[in-house]
Amino acid sequence: MLEALKERVNADAGLVRRGRMLTTTFLLQSGDTSWLISIFEGRIASVTRGPFVMPSSSFALRAGEAEWQKFFLAKPPPGSNDLMALVRRKVLKAEGDLQVFMAHLRYFKEALAKLRPVGGAA
Amino acid sequence: MSARFEPIVGRYMHLDLFGRPHRLYVEEAGEGTPLLCLHTAGSDGRQYRALMNDARITARHRVIAFDMPWHGKSSPPAGWHEEEYQLTSAQYLAMILAVMSALELEKPIVMGCSIGGRIALHLALEHPERFRAIIGLQAGAHVDPYYDLNFLHRPDVHGGEVCGAIVSGLVGPDAPEKERWETLWHYMQGGPGVFKGDLYFYKIDGDIRSRVGQIDTRRCPLFLLSGEYDYSCTPEETMAVAKSIPGSEVAIMKGLGHFPMSENPESFLKYLLPVLDRIAG
Repeated sequence: MLEALKERVNADAGLVRRGRMLTTTFLLQSGDTSWLISIFEGRIASVTRGPFVMPSSSFALRAGEAEWQKFFLAKPPPGSNDLMALVRRKVLKAEGDLQVFMAHLRYFKEALAKLRPVGGAA
Repeated sequence: MSARFEPIVGRYMHLDLFGRPHRLYVEEAGEGTPLLCLHTAGSDGRQYRALMNDARITARHRVIAFDMPWHGKSSPPAGWHEEEYQLTSAQYLAMILAVMSALELEKPIVMGCSIGGRIALHLALEHPERFRAIIGLQAGAHVDPYYDLNFLHRPDVHGGEVCGAIVSGLVGPDAPEKERWETLWHYMQGGPGVFKGDLYFYKIDGDIRSRVGQIDTRRCPLFLLSGEYDYSCTPEETMAVAKSIPGSEVAIMKGLGHFPMSENPESFLKYLLPVLDRIAG
């Protein structure tokens, strides 16, 4: 699901520029599956699929598989169109050092929206 | 390309509020029935720019929007640098009534969005006789905090960036890019802690759930319009308010989000113009 993230984010010069102060590794969990996503100065350095023995990350975003599937639709329905919409419905848990997440919130929203079919809105 | 001026006129008004002198920025356009417009939390009166530029509105209405203290081109009161800004229901009500008196607005229509929609419910409950009609956009009786509001005002998170990013998903998916990003820019321009201070009213002090059923629409007509994609004040929450107020009229606006008048004016007007026609009788 997340493997396309590296190519799509790194191809967007504006997004990479906005993330130039961002270097971190975060964990995204969908149901029982997790990925570690490493970012170096706005570019996605690696996307690694679990399982992991002892994953280290600055923060984690955890939601059920069905919720992510709706989020990644080209035009998600109301309530699934934004990370904060998922947070509002309490189906997305954001855990860990959320300063990193919130300080770069636009970046994370736009990066994950890259996984929508081409033409989908951020 | 030659220069073109909009019909909007802006002025600065000096007014005592809560026992302190304030300098407020007030914009208006059009002639006719006064239509007093209240902006959302953390933004300013520019949200109503399209309405003030639309002859379908301004031919029959004097459209007025003021920037609340601390917002837009209105200053915070002297001494602000030692204070934490927090908007309360009492202050918000007093401010609106004071501005109406200062501008000598006789029975205006009041239309507010988000926090403005919430205070519209307070006005409908406490001062219905002052208004010709009340229009609540994205109006709910209460919203519980769903994220840590402290992130909106701390030195290691850029306030403008985070305020814009927090609300970006509240813009509906069909919004034109130009209007979407104009709407977000207003959020990015807010002063430190101002959006958070407004949310004190929205999420804590302004809870009107226990009293909203007492609103009497025979004393003042109440219209509720909410965007389908708003997850701050959801359509379900607006419908619940409407259900508890006999005589209120409600519509859920397809494709729109939390900032209908600013994010997608053309779509919004399809819902607003019939309401204004109804009010005009």
